[in-house]
Order: sequence, then C-alpha cells, then structure tokens
Amino acid sequence: MNKIWLIIKREFITRVRKRSFLIVTLLVPLFFAAMIVVPILIATNSKEEKRIAVIDDSHLFMNRFPDDKGVYYKYLENTSVDSFQHKYAEYGYSGLLYIPQLDIERPSGVTYYSDAQPGLSVESKLTRRINDLIEEERLKKANIDAAQLKAAKADISIEFRTGNEGQKGSAAVAYGVGYASGFIIYIILMFFGMSVMRGVMEEKVSRIAEVMISSVKPFQLMMGKIIGIAAVGLLQFLIWVALIVSVQLILPLFISGDAVAAMNEGNTMMQGGSNAAMVEAIEKIQFVVGSVNWTAVISCFVFYFLGGYLFYSALFAAVGSLVNEDPTDAQALTFPITLPIIIGIMVMISSVQNPSGPVAFWGSIIPFTSPMVMMARIPYGVPGTVPYWQLALSMSLLIVGFLFTTWMAGKIYRTGILMYGKKITWKEALKWVSRKA
Amino acid sequence: MNLIEIKHLYKHYATHKAVDDISFSIPKGSIFGLLGPNGAGKTTLLRMITGIFYPDKGEILFNGRPFDPQTDIHSIGYMPEERGLYKKMKVGEQALYLAQLKGMSERDAKDKIKYWFDKFEINSWYNKKVEELSKGMQQKVQFISTIMHSPDLLILDEPFSGLDPINANLIKQEIFDLSKNGTTIIFSTHRMEQVEEICDRIVLVNQGKKLLDGEVKQIKQDFKQHLFRIGFGVMPNFAQVATHHFSIIKQEQLAYTVKLTEGSTNNDILDHFIRHNVPITSFQEILPSINEVFIQQVTSMTGEPPQAANIDDSQPAYSSN
Repeated sequence: MNKIWLIIKREFITRVRKRSFLIVTLLVPLFFAAMIVVPILIATNSKEEKRIAVIDDSHLFMNRFPDDKGVYYKYLENTSVDSFQHKYAEYGYSGLLYIPQLDIERPSGVTYYSDAQPGLSVESKLTRRINDLIEEERLKKANIDAAQLKAAKADISIEFRTGNEGQKGSAAVAYGVGYASGFIIYIILMFFGMSVMRGVMEEKVSRIAEVMISSVKPFQLMMGKIIGIAAVGLLQFLIWVALIVSVQLILPLFISGDAVAAMNEGNTMMQGGSNAAMVEAIEKIQFVVGSVNWTAVISCFVFYFLGGYLFYSALFAAVGSLVNEDPTDAQALTFPITLPIIIGIMVMISSVQNPSGPVAFWGSIIPFTSPMVMMARIPYGVPGTVPYWQLALSMSLLIVGFLFTTWMAGKIYRTGILMYGKKITWKEALKWVSRKA
Repeated sequence: MNLIEIKHLYKHYATHKAVDDISFSIPKGSIFGLLGPNGAGKTTLLRMITGIFYPDKGEILFNGRPFDPQTDIHSIGYMPEERGLYKKMKVGEQALYLAQLKGMSERDAKDKIKYWFDKFEINSWYNKKVEELSKGMQQKVQFISTIMHSPDLLILDEPFSGLDPINANLIKQEIFDLSKNGTTIIFSTHRMEQVEEICDRIVLVNQGKKLLDGEVKQIKQDFKQHLFRIGFGVMPNFAQVATHHFSIIKQEQLAYTVKLTEGSTNNDILDHFIRHNVPITSFQEILPSINEVFIQQVTSMTGEPPQAANIDDSQPAYSSN
C-alpha cells in the first residue's frame, strides 16, 4: 500500500510540475473565456456608422427608409444610377442601394454597390428592409390592412414540463448540457487514456519497467499510474470549476450592462426578431438554466468521468505494455479500444436528440458507451427521462466493467511490460489473460 | 551456509522450456557467475529469483526459508541487462524514489544517497535530469540505485556493458568491496574473461538445463587437458624431443606446448629435457579458460558452437516468451 502511494505520488508530481500542465490548465479556460468574451467585445465596439444612398427608379418607396441602428439612409431623387454608382464615395456614402423599375409580383434587379464587403448585419438589414417594403406593397395591392394582419399574428411559447413532479425543462437546454457533458467525457477518456498509455510505453521503452518490477508488483505499478493520472485530471477539473466560479463572480464587474445590451442587440440583428422578444427569450433561458438539476448532472459527471476513465485507462495501459520500440504498433493496437469510444460519441450524438429511445437506453447501459451516453441523457431529467433503475443499472455495470477491464489489463500488462523485440497481437495478449503467473 | 538454494526449478512457456529442472546453491558472500549463451534461460532464472516470475514447479530457498517475494525483494538488488531510468526525472529524486520502493525511509535513503554520491563523486549530478547524462554516467546512477538499500543479494546482469574501462574498474572494485562486506553477488554474463577475474563459483546453463556448476578453480582442474608450456634457453633439436611421455601441440620461439601422454607425470617431461641437457627457463601447466570450457560444453550439447562465445557486449533483443 505504501508503495502504490509512492508510485501515485511520483506520477502526480512529475505531471503537475511539467510546464505543459500549467499551460493546458490555464489555456483551456482562457480559450473558452475568449469564445464568450470576444463576441461581446465585437458587439460593443462595432458601432461603425453606415450612410447609404438610395436611388429608387420605381418611385414606390419614397421616404420609407427610416434610419436603422447605425445605418442611415438617404433617399436621392433625380439622380442617375449610372453616374452616381462611381461617385457615392465622394459624397460621403458607404454604399449605394439601387432599386430599378419593379414588378411587384416578380421583383428583381435590386443592387447594392459598395467598395468593401458590407458585412453580415448590413446585408441582412438591407434584405429585410427591401422584403418588408415589397410585402407591404403586395398587401396594399391585395387590399389587406397591414395593421390588422400584424394584430392577428400569434406568438406564444409552450411551457414543457416533464416527469411526475412536472419538472420544468427545456429540450434546448438539456440538449446543450447533455451534448457538452457527453463530449467532455469523450475528450477525457481519449486524452487521459492516451496519457496512461504513453506513460506505460515510456516505462517499457526506457527499460525502467524491469527495475521497477523487481521492487513492486506489476499491478501496483499499473494502478499507481492510473490513479496518479486520475488525480491530475481531477485537480485540473477542480481548477477549472474554481476558475469558472470566480470568473462568474468577477465578470459582471467588468462587463457593464451596456455590453450585455449590445450583445442582445447583436443577436437581434442576426436573427431578425424584435428586441423585446429576444430579451424575453434570454430571460426564459436564464430561468430554464436555473431549473436544470445541476446537482444530479455534476455528481453523475464526476462518477461517469471516473468510472469511464478507470474502465478505459486500464485497457490503454495494457496496450502500452504491448507496444515495442515502434510507435506505429501503438496505432494498430489502440484501435480496438478507441473504436468503442468513437461509437460511444456517435451514439451520444443520436441519444441527445432522442434521450428515451432504444439506442439511448442501450448505449447508456452498456459500460463501453455508458459514460458518454448517460451523460447526454441525465440533463433531460432524473427520474423523468432516466428512471432511477436505469441509472443504478448503468452505474453498477460500469463498476463491474472497470473491475473486469482492470483485472484483464493487469494480466496482459504483467506479461507485456517485460516482453521485448517481438510484435504482439491482441489475440496473443488475450491468451495471457487466462494463463496463471 | 547458502543464501540461495534452488531446487528442481521449472518454468515452461507455450513454445519452449525456459528453465527445465535446474538446481544449484549460492553460498553466502560468494560472487556467483551465471553463465550461458543467449536464450539459455538466464534471465528467466533471475526473474524467478527476484520474484518477478513464479516458477511452475520447484523451490527457491532464501536464507534457508522458502522465498517470499513480498518481503525478500527488499533484500535483493537487481540490475537487469535491459536497464533504464526515468529519463525526465532528476538523478537524486530518482535514486530516492527507487530506494523508497525498496522499503527505505526517506531519511535513510537521503543519507545513503549522500554517501554513495560522495563516493562516486557525482554530487553535482543531483539535480540533473537523467537524459542529460551520458550512457556511462547513467550506468553509474543505475548501479548506485541498485545497491543503495544494502541488499543481501545483489544481482547484476551484464553490469559492465556500455562502461568505459575506468568506470568498469570502479564498479568492479565496488563489487569486490561489497562481497568482502558479506553481500552475495550473482553475476550474469557471457564475457568469460570477467568471470575468471571476478567469480568464485559458476553455474553454466544452456537450453534451460544446467550443464555444470562449481568453484571456478575446481572446474578448471576438472577440464584440464594436461597441457604444459615449456620455455627453453636454446631450442631443443628434433632428436631431443622424441619421447613417449608427451606430444608436441604447438611450437613457438624458444617454447613448446606439449600434451602429457596418459600414464606419464609432469616430472617425466622435465626429467626428459634435463636428461637431454636442454636448458629450461620456464615450466607451466596450461589450464583451460572458462571460455574454452564454456564453448566445449555448449558445443557438445548442441553440436554447434554457441553464439554467445563471441566476445561482444552488444545487447541483442531477447524475448521472455
């Protein structure tokens, strides 16, 4: 026990002391923070003004170009497009919108001239404005009162409640949380699994393995490495959680309400809804996010993170012990292990869309895929979407599963770690499992 | 008193018998040579003695008691032929780690590290990473790591491979010192000249079987060919060497190597030359080298000379299966 502790300590300390640990631990949240902050900053700072000249040969839309946020229209009369399309810049316009003689039923030929690409928001504003105008003309032609039509339009939202207690939930939020958790588990399995494999390979190739094995049991050496790396992963995870929490506490101090409003505005521009509707939607999301059972999600996440890691890392360790000097061996040998993980992520993607279907059910029960697939289902609600018995079955099978893979990998590892100069296949390695020491 | 007694040890793999009914004992405090060509089963044997493998059958007694890997590995220091260190780890930390894994407390280990690092004059390496050291320097660190916990039994598998003569000598001296202080040493090699120089006793294995074992001196006596080298002041003429007591094997400048005829004695040879008035400057019995015994024994078993007899210290890949 003392020895395995020494091994865990060494694995943990050598990894945490590495510069790459610090870099990854700090860069990953920085990356995510940048993904959130940069769009806000862009939305805040891109208050560039555009003055657009309008030449309307159809004479239908005179003075029906009210100024839009940041975009100012100037309706020019008695100006020829042929001459002005080369001169608008001299008059201080950023662009020229030209509307030819229009057949209201089949409008075509509306053109926007500018030096630079007008940008997505200007494009969508122009398109919307022209479409609105043509719609109005058509309504007028059909003798429909525009105001009446607007009043008749419905815009309600349905409240979705799931489970016996009528948990309030939103499929979109559950989808997002489920997808993200499943995907993070996938990355953890791959990243830390490979890390275990590389560690074992290093011990084998540098020939330290035999020196070690003369002091400790192979199983202690393998488990020490697996647990040590798990501790590194948990530490990293805890640092990230701490960072996220502190950023959430600090962020509001830096980003003023102005910027948040600007971001809302940005979204509004893109999606074309009215501002009020957008604000309402954001409020709704905030409400729903609050209603997700975070305790269940986070505790299950830690369980499936550790369970899945233990399940697969032992197998990765076994592969590492089979590899000889030739690193290309590793690719062929890891394939049978990465395959179920990749199948798992595909099942996860389909399950997150249909969390109660048979694919989702079986995927979340079988230990090969359950860490990813179950995490995709849990945000939809426990026990609403995932009954307690399914969760219990999945968790017990995962525990049985990792005990089994660890036992099996230990057998392979013990033989493989001391075997040099020979290419070993999985078929051979599996024979060792049934052999005694 | 024997530190190790090996009784009818077997270890069979799917395709071949790595160790097939081998018995021998190693007296306490001796330097014991384990010899054999590549693939003879030396490594498997050592791995069983170090508790890495369990024998299929047979018994290993350690200090008179059945070998218990749990506790007895703390009394063993093993430097395998395929040795290595954690390349990214600092030299001092690595030595500390390996010593602690052998059951030493951190404080004892640090004291020992200081002692040995001083003795080998490598204190300045303490904070260097292993990968920054040359191969010979790494060997030194490896050797210190192996003996730091003062093992009763020290197992060295080809300890001199990759060492320059100065460092090889340093380690050789250390082996003698340890032996003087009561450490039993198993020395596995196929460098035969080292065996004669270092070992008290040897066991020779081939194809999983024991060919012979015993004291080095005794083995040389047992396998002597009754050859003598005689040096002369003046070379004897043809008539002066005609006798039934010996036949001439080799002629050199002012010397003959002769083989004694059965039934004759050493003195018959001397007597013969004295009677012929040939001035003798030296007379010496030629004992077989362990290398010759080795080649002869292995060849008579397999019918072809062993590949291990060629003297090179390259480390061929081997397989334990």
